[in-house]
Amino acid sequence: MLRRDLRLSLRHGSDTLAALLFFVLTASLFPLAIGPAPETLARLAPGIVWVCALLAALLPLDRLFGADFEDGTLDQLLLSGQPPAMVAAMKALGHWLTTGVPLLLAAGPVALMLGMQAEVVPALLAGLLLGTALLSLFGMTGASLVLGARRGGVLLPLLVLPLVAPVLIFGVAAADAVASGQSPRAHLLLLAALLAAALPLCPLAGGAGLRSAAE
Amino acid sequence: MSNTNTFGPAGLNLHRFANPGRFLRLSGAVLPWLAVSGVVITAIGLGWGLFLAPADWQQGDAVRIMYVHVPAAWLASLGYVMLACASLASLVWRHPLADLAAAEIGPVGAGITAICLATGSLWGKPMWGAWWVWDARMTSVLVLFFLYLGHIALVRAFDDQQRGYRAAAILALVGVVNLPIIKFSVEWWNTLHQPASITLSGAPSMAPALLWPLLVSAIGFNLGFAAVVVARLRAAVMERRIRALLLARARNDLQNA
Repeated sequence: MLRRDLRLSLRHGSDTLAALLFFVLTASLFPLAIGPAPETLARLAPGIVWVCALLAALLPLDRLFGADFEDGTLDQLLLSGQPPAMVAAMKALGHWLTTGVPLLLAAGPVALMLGMQAEVVPALLAGLLLGTALLSLFGMTGASLVLGARRGGVLLPLLVLPLVAPVLIFGVAAADAVASGQSPRAHLLLLAALLAAALPLCPLAGGAGLRSAAE
Repeated sequence: MSNTNTFGPAGLNLHRFANPGRFLRLSGAVLPWLAVSGVVITAIGLGWGLFLAPADWQQGDAVRIMYVHVPAAWLASLGYVMLACASLASLVWRHPLADLAAAEIGPVGAGITAICLATGSLWGKPMWGAWWVWDARMTSVLVLFFLYLGHIALVRAFDDQQRGYRAAAILALVGVVNLPIIKFSVEWWNTLHQPASITLSGAPSMAPALLWPLLVSAIGFNLGFAAVVVARLRAAVMERRIRALLLARARNDLQNA
């Protein structure tokens, strides 16, 4: 199932590409908007990268289950004997591989372009590694809930963004800690703890959402 | 309602509204008492707090905002607990009354959270010199407010009402993680917001002259909240019943025609 999703997204690469382009473009708007002063940019860089990555990861969520829901594939998957939580987990993994990982690869160059010091970048990327996985899990849960809703696309950010606010806070704090000469360990461990809690719980919630959508 | 075709109108009514019927009778008897006692006790608590209680030696008269802010804040969290309990009941037992309760608690809880945020902002301006500070307590209460809004929007976003109840219930349960964050935010992080003055264990770090009106007004707020929720719930049950009756009549008309 994961393989099917990956193949689909490889053949139709536009979703991944759109998210990536959105990320790079919004990030490059900031120097234009707040001026190219290096020290201001370097101070804001972790926040800019995080917020842009978060919004870019929201883009493909709208279609995460949409196509499968409309053509009946989702019903088939749920009838195939797979536990719904498994289906949900695979979808989240698929979203992470097609959106989270490309964003992660693009985040490094973008951060450097924004004038971030090179030694801050590893902490930022480590935070993003955990953070994009969390985003995929929460996003998948939200997407399963709004399946078939009127104005689901508008509703989705309203549901997902409050839930990922802690992820954003700790992720930016990790990068800021390195920038001010402290260890990012505590913040990264908190992110990892969030991920450990979300890893079993979000697929359960998402599975329940899928089942009620298919009813 | 997918089972309208399998049950006749009478069977549908009995099946779905047997329990809500009892709820209507019971709540009809309790509601006037709740409403009157809520209004009276809130009035006593607020009157006591705003006019009779002494001003704080440090904060002066501004401390009186507390008599609205603190009960509203407690109630905002308590309302979410009730919402989560109703959601759990609706997911586990598929109880129609729990569905309605969750849908009706949402807007009231959002309103009280908005009151909490607004009064907190009014209190922050003279005390901290700023309307809003991004500290952990305020940010987490703001997230709570957005969770309420998301719940309200999600419940009403579906053509199939049952689907809305399910999805919103799952969202409410996922959002429960925010509650301990709100509770402990003032202890885990060094925040501008003061830590709790009143705990279950240990004596309150607050003068009794200030404490009593606060407790009275909190009880009044709780009763008022309960009264509003019960009234909304009664209205929702009756609305459903009217719709079911109209459907039954339309079906009878069709059969007779």
